[in-house]
Amino acid sequence: MAEIQIKNVAKSFGAYQALNNINLTIADQEFMVLLGASGCGKSTLLRIIAGLETATSGEVWIGGKRIDHLSPKDRGIAMVFQNYAVFPHLTVFENIGFGLRMQKRPNDEVKRRVERVAGLMHIEMLLKRYSGELSGGQRQRVAVARALAMEPDVILMDEPLSNLDALLRMEMRAELKGVLAESKTTAIYVTHDQVEAMSMADRISVMHQGNIVQAASPIEVYRNPSARFVASFIGNPPMNFLPATPAGAGKWQVAGQTLDGPKADKPGLHFAIRPEDMQQAESGLVATAKIVEPLGAHLLVTCQIDEALFRVILDSDTVVKPGQTLTLAPQADRVRWFDPDTTLAVA
Amino acid sequence: MNARVLPYVLILPVTLFLGLFFLYPFVLVAKQAFGSQEGWSLENFREVVDYWKFPISLRNTLLLAAAVVPVQLALALLMATMVSKMQKGRDLILYIWTIPLGISDLAAGIIWLAIFEQSGFLNSMLNGLGVIDKPVNFLTYQHPGVVFLAIALAEIWRATAIMLVILVAGIGLIPKEYYEAADVFGASKWKQFTRITLPMLRPSLQTALVLRVILAFEIFAVVAALGGTLFPVLMGETYAYQFDLLNSGAAAAMALIILGISIGFTLIILRILRVPKGASI
Amino acid sequence: MTDATVLDVSQDTRKSGRFLYVASVVFLCAWVIVPIYLLLINTLSSPEAVNSFPKSFIPEFDFGSLQFFAGFAGMLTALKNSVIVALMTMVMSIAIGAPAGYALSRFDFRGKELFRLLILLARAFPLPLLALPLAVMFIQTGLDDTAFGLALVHTTLAIPFAVLITFSLFSGIPIELEEAAWTLGCTRLTAFTKVVLPLILPGITASAIFAFVISWNEVFAAAVLTIENRTLTAFLLQNLDTSPLHLKFAGGFILVVPALIFIFAVRKYLFAMWGIANR
Repeated sequence: MAEIQIKNVAKSFGAYQALNNINLTIADQEFMVLLGASGCGKSTLLRIIAGLETATSGEVWIGGKRIDHLSPKDRGIAMVFQNYAVFPHLTVFENIGFGLRMQKRPNDEVKRRVERVAGLMHIEMLLKRYSGELSGGQRQRVAVARALAMEPDVILMDEPLSNLDALLRMEMRAELKGVLAESKTTAIYVTHDQVEAMSMADRISVMHQGNIVQAASPIEVYRNPSARFVASFIGNPPMNFLPATPAGAGKWQVAGQTLDGPKADKPGLHFAIRPEDMQQAESGLVATAKIVEPLGAHLLVTCQIDEALFRVILDSDTVVKPGQTLTLAPQADRVRWFDPDTTLAVA
Repeated sequence: MNARVLPYVLILPVTLFLGLFFLYPFVLVAKQAFGSQEGWSLENFREVVDYWKFPISLRNTLLLAAAVVPVQLALALLMATMVSKMQKGRDLILYIWTIPLGISDLAAGIIWLAIFEQSGFLNSMLNGLGVIDKPVNFLTYQHPGVVFLAIALAEIWRATAIMLVILVAGIGLIPKEYYEAADVFGASKWKQFTRITLPMLRPSLQTALVLRVILAFEIFAVVAALGGTLFPVLMGETYAYQFDLLNSGAAAAMALIILGISIGFTLIILRILRVPKGASI
Repeated sequence: MTDATVLDVSQDTRKSGRFLYVASVVFLCAWVIVPIYLLLINTLSSPEAVNSFPKSFIPEFDFGSLQFFAGFAGMLTALKNSVIVALMTMVMSIAIGAPAGYALSRFDFRGKELFRLLILLARAFPLPLLALPLAVMFIQTGLDDTAFGLALVHTTLAIPFAVLITFSLFSGIPIELEEAAWTLGCTRLTAFTKVVLPLILPGITASAIFAFVISWNEVFAAAVLTIENRTLTAFLLQNLDTSPLHLKFAGGFILVVPALIFIFAVRKYLFAMWGIANR
């Protein structure tokens, strides 16, 4: 059992507050992704769990044991680094077996375990090589194999795929997910790439300015963002927003249309909808098409409604010309509302 | 160990060492220089400055620095730019050019003595060419110009390498894109040198000049080997006070004077070649 | 003018420019090598030939001068002293300097800038001058006229370089390699010995050699601090007035030889170290 509990963890560098009072529980064998833009504190949090960074305050527990005072080697973790950190003076075999050698395991056990994980990562034929003779993708595989060979309770990954080219990244994404599921370890994976997060995670923690804004399953984060930041960070293109003014109980006025909404006593709300949740219809929001981008699978149209830019994804067979007026109907069950003051979602 | 304490533990040995063998003796020199029977005084300074050899040795040291350093700078810049364009044999040429870096001033003095002494190679060559028919003793008071030239040549020969190394390293740090951009805009090689290399090289020029000028004021063994007492310099006089005259107070005062001149010139160089904040690479 | 002549002219200037360039490179190489060659001729000639006139420009391969050098009273002891002092300096400057270089490259700590300033001051300071008060201090502590005492002063000379070179070496090793080692079961110390040390060993060797050369070549402090236990430089300096030419030349050549070898051994690191040390 390797459940991870992060209790009230905060970190400051001088006057700069990198993490504010983080609380997060990661279940045993869960694949948790920390997602956010650079500087949001996701790597700092990972490094605190690894023991490479010391929290200013708070506690970290792994498997019911408090570990924040232990050095990295005693935490039962293994880590994969962004630039792989494959030791240049050792062969691939010795790299993968490095941790086992440090534990003074007998030679035959080292050999058996190294060969097993090398097989898992498809690098059996590289065992005699040095890191200088490997491609980026191969180094990445060595780094993962080295972590797996430790058979750790927890595996920590800091943007492990960000230095690979797009095609290789997609391939490694699927492979890594499979290998980790099989190894039954708890995993924490830091990335700024939302596609990676959506495709791999059991749960995503979206981070912003040292806080976890939302921690939920990928589809939940996508469909029901808990705050406006999440709504505008996840999804490409992100959610559209329009100001809404009250028009009677549960009714809101959006760009000249009256829509059903929450029964909230507020002077105004933000109406939000994903670009793919709009259809052309007889009645709806009236928009002027500005830019039309045919993307093959669909058509991305950037329009203007009042003063605001508004993106819609239409069927690729639709014919739209810039300047044309579109009438767009939102799919009622996909409309979300946000409080402009707190930026939080309003049900 | 705690990451907050560790760096201090690691720098402690150097700090203690430099404290004991750099800062503390510096205080001692100052005390000795300013000390006399009746407490603080400038007695030692007055003594060394009033000595008839002082103006000569000061003039010699400054003249030598003024003759040697600019030549070295020009030569080092020339060599560094030549090397930066080299494709084949760069390593070999650089190795040859940096050999003098490992050669002591004493050895350099002896090397040039082999050329300039009475039965030396310069005389042999002049004789072979029929310019002279019997060897001339160049390194005597009758030929002060030749003595000066021999010392200056030996210094240029020996100590250009240190500047070369600093400048080559500095040129290596200038991104190639600047030259490519200059090529696109049609700048000539000379323009590229004066408009890109020189300004970008300012921090390296600073280091090279400071180091070189300080060492120029410390010139000692080259002079001892080539000129002996014919060409008094400040450092040689300091040595003489300590050993021949056994006057350590005066030697300390000389040491402080050399130090003062070094600091003065360092400040001037730093001022002339200062790099505006935010303008570095 | 036709296009062909324009092309010819530009090719001509390019050719002559190329010739000038190669000629300058050759001349500058000769400028460095020829004086050393002339010293070599003197060293490999009999004492009679060294003092005769005119000189031959080809060595006669006679070991008379070198034999005289080896037989000269105190010379071999001085040579031995030089080696001992230089070896001590080499070991001490790395043992003391490398930890500081590591601290500078890996940690941000209060007083870091002050420490860097101390190092840069020590590098730019005419340190041999401090041999004068140290002579007094050494007499009080019994370190006077010992190889160890002189090695202490030479270590002071070599330390700023040792710190700056090792700083640049450590900075070249990504910190992730150490962090990876920590997560794989290493302590700070074992991560250093198993990962960092094997990677920088060649560089450390180079900076050790550099320290050796600094000590080997130093004249002033050596002359001030030793009387009986002269190093080679101090011995040659002391006997400049009285010793015969062939002794000077043989001694000078013995001084030069390690320089040739050592600069060759450290040539790869010379430039890297100055590149970073400038900052």
